[in-house]
Amino acid sequence: MVAGAYVLEYHLVNYRRTWRSSALSTLVLPLLTMLGFGVGVGSYVSGGVEGAPYLDWIVPGLIASTAVQTAIGEATWPVLSYFEWLKVYFAQAAAPLRVADILGGHLAFMAFRVLTAAAAFLVVAAVFGTIHSWWAPLTLVVSVLTGLAVAAPSVAYSSSISSDSYLAILMRFAVLPMSLFSGVFFPVESLPVVLRWAAYVLPLWHGVDLSRDAMLGLAPGWIGLLHVVYLLIWCVAGWAVAHRCFRRRLVV
Amino acid sequence: MVTFLMPRFVPRLVSFEGMGRRSASVTERNIACLRSMYWVVMVSGFVEPVLYLFSIGVGVGALIGDLPLPGGRLVGYAEFVAPAMLASAAMTGALSETTFNFFGKMKFMRLYEGILATPVRPIEIALGELAWAMVRGVLYSAAFLGIMVAMDLTSAARALAMFPATVLIGFAFGALGMTVSTVIRSWQDFDLIVAGQFALLLFSGTFVPPTAYPAVVRWLIEVTPLYRSVDLVRALSLGPVGWTQALDVLYLLAVLVIGLTVAGRRMEKMLCK
Amino acid sequence: MESLIHARGLVKRFEGFTAVDGIDVDVRRGEAFGFLGPNGAGKSSTMRMIGCVSPPTDGVLRILGLDPRRDGPKIRAKLGVCPQLDNLDIELSVRENLTTYARFFGIPRRVARQRADELLEFVQLTERADSKVEPLSGGMKRRLTIARALVNEPEIVLLDEPTTGLDPQARHLVWERLFRLKQQGVTLVLTTHYMDEAEQLCDRLVVMDGGRIVAEGSPRALIEQYSTREVVELRFAAESQEAYAEKLAGLGERLEVLPDRILLYVADGDKAAAEVQRRSLAPASVLVRRSSLEDVFLHLTGRTLVD
Repeated sequence: MVAGAYVLEYHLVNYRRTWRSSALSTLVLPLLTMLGFGVGVGSYVSGGVEGAPYLDWIVPGLIASTAVQTAIGEATWPVLSYFEWLKVYFAQAAAPLRVADILGGHLAFMAFRVLTAAAAFLVVAAVFGTIHSWWAPLTLVVSVLTGLAVAAPSVAYSSSISSDSYLAILMRFAVLPMSLFSGVFFPVESLPVVLRWAAYVLPLWHGVDLSRDAMLGLAPGWIGLLHVVYLLIWCVAGWAVAHRCFRRRLVV
Repeated sequence: MVTFLMPRFVPRLVSFEGMGRRSASVTERNIACLRSMYWVVMVSGFVEPVLYLFSIGVGVGALIGDLPLPGGRLVGYAEFVAPAMLASAAMTGALSETTFNFFGKMKFMRLYEGILATPVRPIEIALGELAWAMVRGVLYSAAFLGIMVAMDLTSAARALAMFPATVLIGFAFGALGMTVSTVIRSWQDFDLIVAGQFALLLFSGTFVPPTAYPAVVRWLIEVTPLYRSVDLVRALSLGPVGWTQALDVLYLLAVLVIGLTVAGRRMEKMLCK
Repeated sequence: MESLIHARGLVKRFEGFTAVDGIDVDVRRGEAFGFLGPNGAGKSSTMRMIGCVSPPTDGVLRILGLDPRRDGPKIRAKLGVCPQLDNLDIELSVRENLTTYARFFGIPRRVARQRADELLEFVQLTERADSKVEPLSGGMKRRLTIARALVNEPEIVLLDEPTTGLDPQARHLVWERLFRLKQQGVTLVLTTHYMDEAEQLCDRLVVMDGGRIVAEGSPRALIEQYSTREVVELRFAAESQEAYAEKLAGLGERLEVLPDRILLYVADGDKAAAEVQRRSLAPASVLVRRSSLEDVFLHLTGRTLVD
């Protein structure tokens, strides 16, 4: 556990060099999305969605989606390059660290990145007056949970490939469709049955739904509990597979 | 097309003899490194705009219903947004090849240093790389147009007219991307490019007519290259076509020629010190 | 005699410093010409100017009778360039590196394929033809780069530090291939900071230091002119070699004191070594050897080549 904290410290120190440019995408991109999509497109959605104005309805979805984008960004190219090009993991494995420390430390850093990105978005959302509930800060917890639910399996995937072409495939065939069809921009109920079930299976929709409940102050009910359990399953299963992949490459 | 446009803008006396052949050899190199995996990535590139069309055009479209065009005619949201997706897909495709990949080849693979030891000149490398980006972009555009026709979002005749427009858009953004690549210093700067690209995508009259924005913002939007592209393609898709579209074409041609000239010149400065 | 490369008062200036400071060079057809000098002497800048990828700041430069400022592509069509750092195409296989490169010269595909096979044979890489570039050893990569430089059957081959960073065995293999090229009448121009390389390969060379040419001639002639026939290297166990220098006075034509040894320039090494023993100076080690270009360089600049 303590050793994992050292690994986290390494990633944080590393992040100090690049945080400025990532702050831009962390703050500016959500702001742009909110303006361009929420306000722009929203003004054409008459009557709102499910009883809420379009902007208010879309913001929680965008926060969950941002959490997923941030998590994926950290769990793909960096992981691949730490194995293939920069060999950071091998350097760490030469120190008295266990595989779980190396993996856990990096995932903890990813959770940190997700948390900051979601928090930045939440602040922007507050400025736009789209927060209507005291439960809104819970969105941060939901974001971290959703972020880890995609980060863990993505780390497993990234650690089992050797070329970044496979990452492009992941982005195109998994991440992008998930972002577009998980109820961020329109309710999943309007999707054809097959696509709707695809949304139910992938993690993002569960995060979006929880986030929306928190932001709009709706009672999550028993389905909320299901969301949490389901996202936890993704986390645990992802961790297990990632741990095995890391082990195979680091402990020879 | 490009070669015959260049002479007036290239300041020094350079010979154009063999220019096409040498540029083509750079394109050929890219074709030679197509590997099985890269093929999948390349072919799958066309999936992206289609996904956007279904999500935003159809999904969000169901929430919006019909939109009034400037002429007063009402069109379905998918019809309105599809041409813009086409234009922005042409932009994205051209930029991904000419920024990320181009920069990597120039700075890290030091590929161009090797090529410059041969008779190939910097401007010819730029042209060859651009042509390659276009080969991909053209395939994506054609596929997307096919889907638009199949979904009855435009007519086959109009799709045929939109096709060369997307090629022009690709060339213009490709040249722009290359110029940007010669200016940026490190990978970190790509965050800026992504942000800029995203801002263009959101505010170029892509998802809503620019009339939705305040007057000042609207004027800003009107001069962006993506807005001019969207305007061109949308007019070709939904009509009517007029002088504004001639202006769009001229604008994109100017971006192309200036972009290529600057990129070639800057490459020469960087690589032929 | 025909001059393939002709330079007069050639200058290359970058912002704030002068890399090449007015050099005169003539390279004749069929010879192996070398630029010898330490890092930073201006060798690579000169090579880049000759390779027509770096415009001269001042002076005259003619390559194959053409002006690189105007006829860059035409000249480059007849040059083969082997850069200091391999810039092979890592996305292509070994053979494809040659065939695609040939296309940059406009060589027809069929000819390119045939020539690639011949060149792979020449640099002994036929078995690795379909391998990627990445897993090749340093020596193999360098040989492939040399093969690539030959793909257009160039009139002049430019080699920038052809064996720097290679292990001894790989170096000898590269030298042997270059020697073969020389026998075939190819004009070679190379830079090096290894005197053994210059002695092995060059018919004629210039010694560069600080952007200028400080001496010119064949390796033999340079040694005769600037050094003695033999050298005695003496190492003394004491902290400072300096103290022994005066005790050796009058022993040879010249004497150089280095931090770790003293060099004694003499006509007869054995005789001088015996004299050292007679004066009972008791050095920790004595080595008698023939003079090399290293000694020429030391004499001309007061510094050793590899610092």
